Amino acid sequence: MTLIDIVFQNLIRRKARAIFVLLGLVISIATVVTLISYTRFMTSDVSEKMDTYGANILITPQTDILSLSYGGVSLGGVSYAVHELNEEDLIRISSIPDASSIAALGPVTMGAVEINGKVLLMAGMDFSVSRVLKPWWVIDGSMPEENGALIGSDAAALLSLNANDRIMVNGRELLVAGILKPTGSQDDQLMFVHLNTAQNILSKQGSISMVEVAALCNACPVNDMVKQISVVLPGAKVTAIQQVVKTRHEAISQFKSFSLVVSGVIVLVAGLVVVVTMMSSVRERTLEIGILRAIGFRRSHIIRIVMIEALLLSVLAGIIGYITGFGATHLTLIYLEHERSILLNIDPFLAFAAVALATTIGLVAGIYPSLQAAQLDPNEALRSL
Amino acid sequence: MAFIIAENLKKTYGVGEASVDAVHSMSFSIQEGEFIAIMGESGSGKSTLLSIMGAMNTPSSGTYSVDGIDVYSLDSDQRADFRREYIGFIFQSFHLIPYLSLLENVQLPLVTLNLNRKEKIRMALDALEKVGLADKAARLPNQISGGEQERTAIARAIVNDPPILLADEPTGNLDSHTAIEIMGEMQKLNASNITISSFAPPNPKMGA
Repeated sequence: MTLIDIVFQNLIRRKARAIFVLLGLVISIATVVTLISYTRFMTSDVSEKMDTYGANILITPQTDILSLSYGGVSLGGVSYAVHELNEEDLIRISSIPDASSIAALGPVTMGAVEINGKVLLMAGMDFSVSRVLKPWWVIDGSMPEENGALIGSDAAALLSLNANDRIMVNGRELLVAGILKPTGSQDDQLMFVHLNTAQNILSKQGSISMVEVAALCNACPVNDMVKQISVVLPGAKVTAIQQVVKTRHEAISQFKSFSLVVSGVIVLVAGLVVVVTMMSSVRERTLEIGILRAIGFRRSHIIRIVMIEALLLSVLAGIIGYITGFGATHLTLIYLEHERSILLNIDPFLAFAAVALATTIGLVAGIYPSLQAAQLDPNEALRSL
Repeated sequence: MAFIIAENLKKTYGVGEASVDAVHSMSFSIQEGEFIAIMGESGSGKSTLLSIMGAMNTPSSGTYSVDGIDVYSLDSDQRADFRREYIGFIFQSFHLIPYLSLLENVQLPLVTLNLNRKEKIRMALDALEKVGLADKAARLPNQISGGEQERTAIARAIVNDPPILLADEPTGNLDSHTAIEIMGEMQKLNASNITISSFAPPNPKMGA
């Protein structure tokens, strides 16, 4: 017979009360686990989706241009000096510490060309990364070959061009492989060809006008990558497309804050449930505590009995709470028909944290009732009955 | 020197005009192995005196010592240790813990001692054997009679061989036949040099 035997026998005898404390803790831990698992899942999901939003870093040569365009209305500009980028710069970009977070690197060579008597901006690009850099593109036709071109919707309308038409650009014949569906961006006014083709037509061999970078939002902060690229390309202007990054961070941050507040309230309520139930248990056991004190149990023995009871219940609640929370998250994702729900895995750290949280709640909430029990005067406890 | 010495014990409840002297300047001494019966009407202070003698109720004034130990100079934990080592309680309402078997109830005074599980069980069975209940060791208190519950309480009181037994109206809840049996058990214990103080209301048959 030990203190733990007394605790076990009491729990077995007062099953209803033990189950009530257990349920209170299990529900709270399960809810917190569900919120955390769901937040984590959504964070990863949102980040993954953000990564498919195309380029989020723009590298342009350091020029002294005063841009005179706003909202799609361009009044030209004044350029004092233009230092083009080159292919060596691409190699430098690939050497930054967070290079592994670069999903796609898209060099672009740009220049004005004349087609059917009209001046048009031609962009030479690497079509192999266009799906990453321009995921919103919908093409009427196909991607162009070496001697092909992809025409923006506004440009195609201006030049009355259709897929499979042939055009002459600076004396070189190109096949219109496809027409871009309207994108609502400046792409609608451009003609896209292969990088080499553009460099040859524009006589800018090896020269690059700008580089679009798609960085994996999930893997590293985009701002860090901007700094790293600025270091390796001191003559270039590196800009993060802040809006995408900020929106993503704000959405996730708000969801996390919400989860944190809700979790805090739940933990508080769970703690109060444990305190109230254990206080009631202590009152119910006044005689028993009086007997134990009369036959020689010290105050510390009484505290240990109450705290061991709280510990056993809270550890059990932590284990059951994590399993329930994991199952609830899984079911929620299935209910929401989330295609990635099968990727939800048991997280040993979260499982440990759930048990630790339950234990902390149980022990902290058990302190006051155990002290109250220990303060019971054996004479008063026995006389009060 | 007497084993138990009480000098000018006084216990007052309440303050001012509402105060009541439950124990008023009481002095006595008890030798080791004595059997003392303290009788008095209800409200005469028997239970207060028992709780003072049981190291559970600090007197308002006076001194109380057992085996040379000034009991009320001890702190709370030391008094708990004193109770475990020196005193066995037999309560009028038995005060057995209902969800523990007789064997487990009798083991309670041994729980905090540094003994192994087997030793505790052996000692508890020995105590139950002394009161003739070894064969009912696995039963719960509500599965035995009132007299058997009282004998279980006696077994719990003597399991760790305390030198003093304090019995609060030990036969108060029993029929006269069982009461005589219980008093017989206590006389046997007294014969083994245990000092017994029994607190009871006036009853010519039992007090004698």
